[in-house]
Amino acid sequence: MPKTIVEDNIDILVAGAGLGGTGAAFEARYWGQDKNIVIAEKANIDRSGAVAQGLYAINCYMGTRFGENNPEDHVRYARIDLMGMVREDLLFDMARHVDSAVHQFEEWGLPIMRDPKSGSYLREGRWQIMIHGESYKPIVAEAAKKSADKVYNRICVTHLLMDEAKENRVAGAVGFNVRTGNFHVFKSKAVIVGAGGASNIFKPRSVGEGAGRVWYAPWSSGSAYGLMIQAGAKMTQMENRIVLARFKDGYGPVGAYFLHLKTYTQNCYGEEYESNWFPDLQKMVGKAYLDPEASHVSHRPIPTCLRNHALLNEVNAGRGPIHMVTMEAFQDPHLEEIGWHNFLGMTVGQAVLWAATDVNPKYENPELTLSEPYVMGSHATGCGAWCSGPEDISPDEYFWGYNRMTTVEGLFGAGDAVGGTPHAFSSGSFTEGRLAAKAACKYIDDGKANGIRVSQEQIDRRKEEIFKPMEHYKIYRNEIVAGSVSPSYINPRQGLDRLQKMMDEYCGGVTVSYMTNEKLLHIGLKKLKTLQEDLEKVAAENIHELLRAWELKHRTLASEAVFQHTLFRKETRWPGYYYRGDAMKVDDENWHVLTVSRRDPKTGEYTMEKAPLYHLVGDIEDKALAELKAKEGK
Amino acid sequence: MPTFVYMTRCDGCGYCVDICPSDIMHIDTTYRRAYNIEPNMCWECYSCVKACPHNAIDVRGYADFAPLGHSVRVIRDEEKGVIAWRIKSRNGEIDMNLLAPITTKPWGKHIPQLKDVPGPSKEQRDSQLLYNEPKYIRMDEGDIHTLDSNGLQMKEGVYY
Repeated sequence: MPKTIVEDNIDILVAGAGLGGTGAAFEARYWGQDKNIVIAEKANIDRSGAVAQGLYAINCYMGTRFGENNPEDHVRYARIDLMGMVREDLLFDMARHVDSAVHQFEEWGLPIMRDPKSGSYLREGRWQIMIHGESYKPIVAEAAKKSADKVYNRICVTHLLMDEAKENRVAGAVGFNVRTGNFHVFKSKAVIVGAGGASNIFKPRSVGEGAGRVWYAPWSSGSAYGLMIQAGAKMTQMENRIVLARFKDGYGPVGAYFLHLKTYTQNCYGEEYESNWFPDLQKMVGKAYLDPEASHVSHRPIPTCLRNHALLNEVNAGRGPIHMVTMEAFQDPHLEEIGWHNFLGMTVGQAVLWAATDVNPKYENPELTLSEPYVMGSHATGCGAWCSGPEDISPDEYFWGYNRMTTVEGLFGAGDAVGGTPHAFSSGSFTEGRLAAKAACKYIDDGKANGIRVSQEQIDRRKEEIFKPMEHYKIYRNEIVAGSVSPSYINPRQGLDRLQKMMDEYCGGVTVSYMTNEKLLHIGLKKLKTLQEDLEKVAAENIHELLRAWELKHRTLASEAVFQHTLFRKETRWPGYYYRGDAMKVDDENWHVLTVSRRDPKTGEYTMEKAPLYHLVGDIEDKALAELKAKEGK
Repeated sequence: MPTFVYMTRCDGCGYCVDICPSDIMHIDTTYRRAYNIEPNMCWECYSCVKACPHNAIDVRGYADFAPLGHSVRVIRDEEKGVIAWRIKSRNGEIDMNLLAPITTKPWGKHIPQLKDVPGPSKEQRDSQLLYNEPKYIRMDEGDIHTLDSNGLQMKEGVYY
């Protein structure tokens, strides 16, 4: 049997140390100078999470220091991009703090490019600044390591521990070391989940090796959701999966290309196509959400999903592929260099692909495609836990004592874990970690974590559960001669393949052009139930496969929530992300709400509810729009 | 397979095993050298390539869409604070060298130890401020934004 290692008397446990978790660990030390702060990370904190390979831009920076934007401007931007469905209290809170995180990154050594004329940060777009961010993650990891008492690398956290003295209160977490196979118990007063969103739950476009070239990191296993759902935390907006328009196959980023290099898209005949689809689309979503003229005069964006919709329909109309017109920009050697640097800094695989296929964007316009869907909460999508906001902003329905605390007491979230906060990206996730850390310290100082009790029975039960896939393999392996086909078990890869296929076909994946409906969702949920039963018989040949088995279980829990939420919201809120074929319109009368779910940890039953949407309203309108109007003399 | 390891260059030091975010660089028990055990879970993130002290790890694009005969090599130097890339295309027409900074400061020296800085006052604890704020938000004397300061309120309903 594996060795058991208990880490007791932790004040704050950070589960998952990407940008959210590192922000939490760093900040927790300031508000809890005498507190015991421990990090449990699945990989190596120096290169873990979605930013492991680096970034070429910080996509969330207000620039209030340079007089550029106010927090509410960003809230309005995120609101319209997500078709209204955001938590504006959380967004405003993130936006008013995010600049201080970025300024600290620069002090720590992160190279941020400057505009030589104005001295301000070099803007890629209204919210994006350009960085040489190959070492973004190692730099913020240094900060987290300096603050933490202990960093446990290579620990796959599988479950949260629950308090047995008070219901619905967290008490720590358990997991295993993916190298030694040891069982780890972390008893903690508060837990901040910084774990990631989910790649690889929908069947990818690629086959074989290329399945690794997912847009979001393959190690983003939806553990943020898996952990919190298992603990009974309420989730929100889990239907709001994201589909990305990216360079074909390599999924290289397009932000710098659109915004900085001023490249644009066209169909196979060299025609602009987006605007052709907007009149019909406007009938689907309403003028409040799609108004190309208003978007033209103001800086109001056309929502990401709606631009996807145009791309999808143009391709389905037989005028694909869609090309990114790079041939103009790349004639400028400086811009050409930026184009390549952009990949090397954050998606090396795209540079590898262009080198392999002899694509020189100077002489040909590369292809774009729409990706398979992803479930996460920090890009142009807001899946995650239903969390309390800050007391000075949040209305009663959004506030229960501690900023970024989920509906489970003492359980906090940051980054992908927090729902309703899209467009946080790296800097915003780090900021959310900081906010959660301050609140978690206060939670402990207020005595809310006193008297926690965890029985040996709970720990032993989890231990047995965690290592069961290895036991199962041991028992049934010799039933067959060799190979991977067994009547008594499936291996994690086989389970993942099955999950991806059912998500794709029943929940609106790429092979069905992102289409689903109530009937399909019911069939999908039924199939998911049997997969969950079979996952009781998932077999792991070794510790590495045990890691994959638990990642699969987390992905499956996240997928179930996606199914339930997609079923609940009877409208097509985000055309271009997914379509409810039986309700093909935006329905503000019934669905101008946030969807909130809870899975009962004892029975596995889901309950769904609607939560009201509050918007920021005020006399001060969008700063850029106001300036534009002033310039035009209006 | 995305990353692979050259037999004659690898000495089995395990740096790649230590850093791989996907837990797929393992040591082969027969050859005592590293290899990629699960290519379809490799992101081509180059973390192992950058960490290898012998330049023994390289990347061959995903077989399902990338033809052979290309090369994207890298040397990352923490001391000098730079990263150097070389991209060669299959037909040889692209052969680019690209250099970028990775840090502007000596490694880890400019990150504060928050255990030792003056701790927060009760007033700060009860405020909405984080460490170094409000100073670090705007780098001037300005205060944090609130609904009041910006003339805003939260209102239920449909507003755009």
